[in-house]
Amino acid sequence: MIKKLSKYIKEYKKASILTPIFVILEVVMEVIIPLLMSKIIDIGIPNSDIKYILEIGILLTLSAIMSLAFGMLSGRFAAKASSGFAKNLRQAMFYKIQDYSFENIDKFSTSSLITRLTTDVTNVQMAYMMIIRILIRGPVMLIASLLMAFGIDARLSCIFLVSIPILGIALFFIATKAYPNFEKVFKKYDNLNRVVQENVGAIRVVKAYANEEHEKEKFKQVNNEVYKDFKTAQKIVAFNSPIMQFVVYFSVLIISWIGAKYIIGGSLQTGQLSSLITYAWQILTSLMMLSMVFVVIIMSKASAQRILEVLDEEPTIKNKKNTVKKVKDGSIIFKNVSFAYSDEKDPNKYALKDINLEIKSGETIGIIGGTGSSKSTLVQLIPRLYDVTKGTVKVGGIDVKDYDIEVLRDSVSMVLQKNILFSGTIAENLRWGNQNADEEELIEACKLAQADSFIQEFPEKYDTKIEQGGTNVSGGQRQRICIARALLKKPKILILDDSTSAVDTKTDSYIRKAFREKIPNTTKIIIAQRVTSVEDADKIIVLDEGKIDGIGTSEELLKTNKIYREVYNSQMKGGSVEEDGKEEK
Amino acid sequence: MEKKKNKEMKNKKENKKSGSTVNFATVKRLLKYAVGIYKFQFVIVIISIIVSAVANVMGIQFLKTLIDEYIMPLIGKENPDFSPLFKAVLGMGAMYLIGITATYIYNRLMINISQGVLRKIRAEMFNHMQTLPIKYFDTHAHGEIMSTYTNDVDALREMLSQSIPQVFSAVITMASILISMITTNIYLTGIVLGMVALMIFIAKYLGGNSSKYFVNQQEDIGKVNGYIEEMIEGQKVVKVFNYEDKSKEKFDKINDALCDSSTNANMYANILMPCIMNIGNLGYVFVAIIGGMLSVNNILTVGSIAAFLQYIKAFTNPVGQVSQEMNYVIMALAGAERIFALIDEEQEQDEGYVTLVNAKMEKGKLVEADERTGLWAWKHPHHDGRITYKKLCGHVEFENVDFGYTENKIVLHDITLEAKEGQKVSFVGATGAGKTTITNLINRFYDIQDGKIRYDGINIKKIKKEDLRKSLGMVLQDTSLFTGTIKDNIRYANLNASDEEVENAAKLANADHFIKNLPNGYDTVISGGGEGLSQGQRQLLSIARAALYNPPVLILDEATSSIDTRTEQIVQKGMDSLMKGRTVFVIAHRLSTIRNSDLIMVLDHGRILERGNHEELMAKKGMYYALYTGAIEID
Repeated sequence: MIKKLSKYIKEYKKASILTPIFVILEVVMEVIIPLLMSKIIDIGIPNSDIKYILEIGILLTLSAIMSLAFGMLSGRFAAKASSGFAKNLRQAMFYKIQDYSFENIDKFSTSSLITRLTTDVTNVQMAYMMIIRILIRGPVMLIASLLMAFGIDARLSCIFLVSIPILGIALFFIATKAYPNFEKVFKKYDNLNRVVQENVGAIRVVKAYANEEHEKEKFKQVNNEVYKDFKTAQKIVAFNSPIMQFVVYFSVLIISWIGAKYIIGGSLQTGQLSSLITYAWQILTSLMMLSMVFVVIIMSKASAQRILEVLDEEPTIKNKKNTVKKVKDGSIIFKNVSFAYSDEKDPNKYALKDINLEIKSGETIGIIGGTGSSKSTLVQLIPRLYDVTKGTVKVGGIDVKDYDIEVLRDSVSMVLQKNILFSGTIAENLRWGNQNADEEELIEACKLAQADSFIQEFPEKYDTKIEQGGTNVSGGQRQRICIARALLKKPKILILDDSTSAVDTKTDSYIRKAFREKIPNTTKIIIAQRVTSVEDADKIIVLDEGKIDGIGTSEELLKTNKIYREVYNSQMKGGSVEEDGKEEK
Repeated sequence: MEKKKNKEMKNKKENKKSGSTVNFATVKRLLKYAVGIYKFQFVIVIISIIVSAVANVMGIQFLKTLIDEYIMPLIGKENPDFSPLFKAVLGMGAMYLIGITATYIYNRLMINISQGVLRKIRAEMFNHMQTLPIKYFDTHAHGEIMSTYTNDVDALREMLSQSIPQVFSAVITMASILISMITTNIYLTGIVLGMVALMIFIAKYLGGNSSKYFVNQQEDIGKVNGYIEEMIEGQKVVKVFNYEDKSKEKFDKINDALCDSSTNANMYANILMPCIMNIGNLGYVFVAIIGGMLSVNNILTVGSIAAFLQYIKAFTNPVGQVSQEMNYVIMALAGAERIFALIDEEQEQDEGYVTLVNAKMEKGKLVEADERTGLWAWKHPHHDGRITYKKLCGHVEFENVDFGYTENKIVLHDITLEAKEGQKVSFVGATGAGKTTITNLINRFYDIQDGKIRYDGINIKKIKKEDLRKSLGMVLQDTSLFTGTIKDNIRYANLNASDEEVENAAKLANADHFIKNLPNGYDTVISGGGEGLSQGQRQLLSIARAALYNPPVLILDEATSSIDTRTEQIVQKGMDSLMKGRTVFVIAHRLSTIRNSDLIMVLDHGRILERGNHEELMAKKGMYYALYTGAIEID
């Protein structure tokens, strides 16, 4: 674990090494300073030797200045190293997450990923700083003081040989007992976050159903669990300080008792006894420090584990070694394609079953089918958002798995059913499609998507800020901005996954007209509920329960396909043609 | 002009500075939590800390007493009597044991207190959050709200369980040493106090800097949190647009800012301790020299100088500790301020007093019933103490309603309409015409600027929001699902519904079929917002929810937009039976679904352009007519 994590120290290696070096120097000064001090007390003061006091005083002042300098340097480097390490960890995790496939993300859930990137990294950062400062400082202090103690009186110092192991074992015992409990707490924390996240995201539903009380109850439960488990974990750690004190105090008492006898027996000086006790304090406080560090390390061990889980996760979709870097054209072939979301064994439950399809470059394809007929699933295989379970999908005559993923997705533009805009201005959102697009290109794409007119009506036009989730534009406006965003990519294949559902019929027909006239060479795949949205397509695919039920033009399908006929009639009878409802004003 | 601006800038800076020091109002409020719940335990904690600190200080003095009073007299004696010495050691041992016990007690009790306070604060945050208006959620990044629950509460935990007892214990230690110093020599104490002043000055400077950056650090963490949330939620879009690199780039920027503030914060915090300790060392030298001079002139005894020097050493340590802990305290207080900001956020105003109650007819009069009767009534208390009951019908009126999300930008103008009991009222219009906004006013997600909305003749401002919403069913464009089973998700509409009722509702919405095909049927667990379900399936669940809710007024906002027309036809049958006898507001693009409405409103730019039923509007040959027939002209 440590080895894996230490990879991310990277450019902060220098600071990470300098820190302990300065820490050691600082400790050396700290051991020297009491020695000088005892000289003032033992020699200078009793003899009232001002000259001697001044001499040692100057030495002491110099030592203090040096100790200060070392201390400041070690503190500075420690801060730099640990913050940098945390930065690298966060970066590595975020980069990794960006490479995740949806399967990977589903495994973790958003809230858990967020805790891992923030709380867990902060824990590890604190632990790392403690490790390079105090974990070094403790043992160095311990050894230096131990040497001094043995130098003064080896017999008495043997007490440390008993008390240090006792303390060590006790601390180890606490640590190993506390760890699984802290692990449990973090899991409960995830639950708590999840409840908050879902609540915030679904606040409209919560309020619409006046279920605030139910939500409070739900939160109360997870809150109680966190409370309970955290207490259990901390209760164990609460033994740390008292046990430390116990060992320190009783070592001091034993040294005093035996030391007193030695003094009376003449084999020890009083000055030596008081130095010995000073060192006893130093030895045991350095252990106390270590135990504090242990608590932090224990707490961070669970965090480190959770960070590594993110870093170790293998993206399920990635580039092959030699990839094709260019998409020839917008033709698409599905050959015997089957697909299942999970490890579904039963082929009857596959989301897609044995799909065979051929689409020529530049064609307009309509897809129609019932809810759950896997229309979205089908098109998501084209830009390789998911990998097929069986069979092959080819774009431009080449298996999508052979392309460089970036190249493939650059050529396949997809407007999703769930349209997401990001916080930022409209222009910034549009530039997702093409970072270098100038104002003119933006306007042109928006005109195609029938978005320009309403954007121009906003007081700040293209610089209008979009709130998170795009709540300050209506559903239809959001969809049109998303279409414009997709068009800016100038793709070879454009997929609209039911992405004009909230757009009114008038605008919808304008959009399709613009597609026909302005981007004739782009393959267009349109998933829709409205027959009129696909009626004029070159080919219409009727999907039913993951299988192709029919392919053909609207006219052909009206003759041959029962489902299509039903859908057509249901929409066209009555008010029907309204779908393309439209009027020149 | 220029000057004024400078002054303003200066003021701003000063304001910012004051933000990085301890805000005592926040401390007081926090303490109130701790003392409020655990008054008794809190007293014991304070006593235990004092006992523990005193035992510690006594330990420092013990050696001197031991040597002077017990060892020295025995030196050189033929048969030394060890028993007084033994008694002294034993006595000290007992004192230590008490100290250790006290340490355990306060550590243990602090866990109760800190975790209890945290639990209370979290619950208060969440409970209060439930009362906030929708607007709050529109204007705050969700990730940042979450960061308050995790990062800020965590910082608070550190402070409560670690920093506060340590600071308190250090202060006690300092006080008792100070007393010992004063009794030894008042002049030298003056020197020490000067030294302490210098320490405080430096600690204030470094600590101020460090806490300023710690506060920045917490804010930056909040930003990172918000950004990650947004990017993971939008992962599909990120992938489709190959935006990984760009999103990484932006992340790096935020991440670097966090690294900077974190480095600075920790650096100032780290160098604080060496500074304090070495000032202590210098003070030691200073006192030694002055003391030496005084002892030469026989003003001071050698013994008291030696003791005094020991005190300086013992004194420096807690000063360092306090200044170190202050960082965490200030960081936690900054978090606490964010927490309190959430708790203090203005609630959704609810001055309503009309409530919804079960009712029954008794002798031709409507009276309140205790059990569920299926008949509901508005309970209307009047100023004169009279209580009247009015049957819940679902009659909704708008009278000259104006509304804007912000005060100066009105998006709905002068809306007047009436939906009688059992009527179907539809809204037609371009996207952004204000259709959804109107429906959000009925259930008071937003409050109107001007005009009146009446429900069964009662101004909705008088109706308790919860009760108002209980009388309205809503099927929204975006279906939000919760982690849990399908059953639980439908049951969200009525938590007391039986399994059978849930299934019936699902059948009504035609969701039963697809649910039964899921691996575990109604017990299939959905997580992460229901990623495995299609948009259409989610809408079906949402309709099932509304069916289970069984309200007199139903709002369908593009409720079937993602359901294919074939399924919709089947759902429609269920919907029709669902709509029967209810007042329904419909927003839909498929004009066929609203043709049979009693009233159709054509909206344009927040105004009602046309109104009437289908035949009337068609005869009018206006915008509706154009929308309805226009298609033929185009194709």
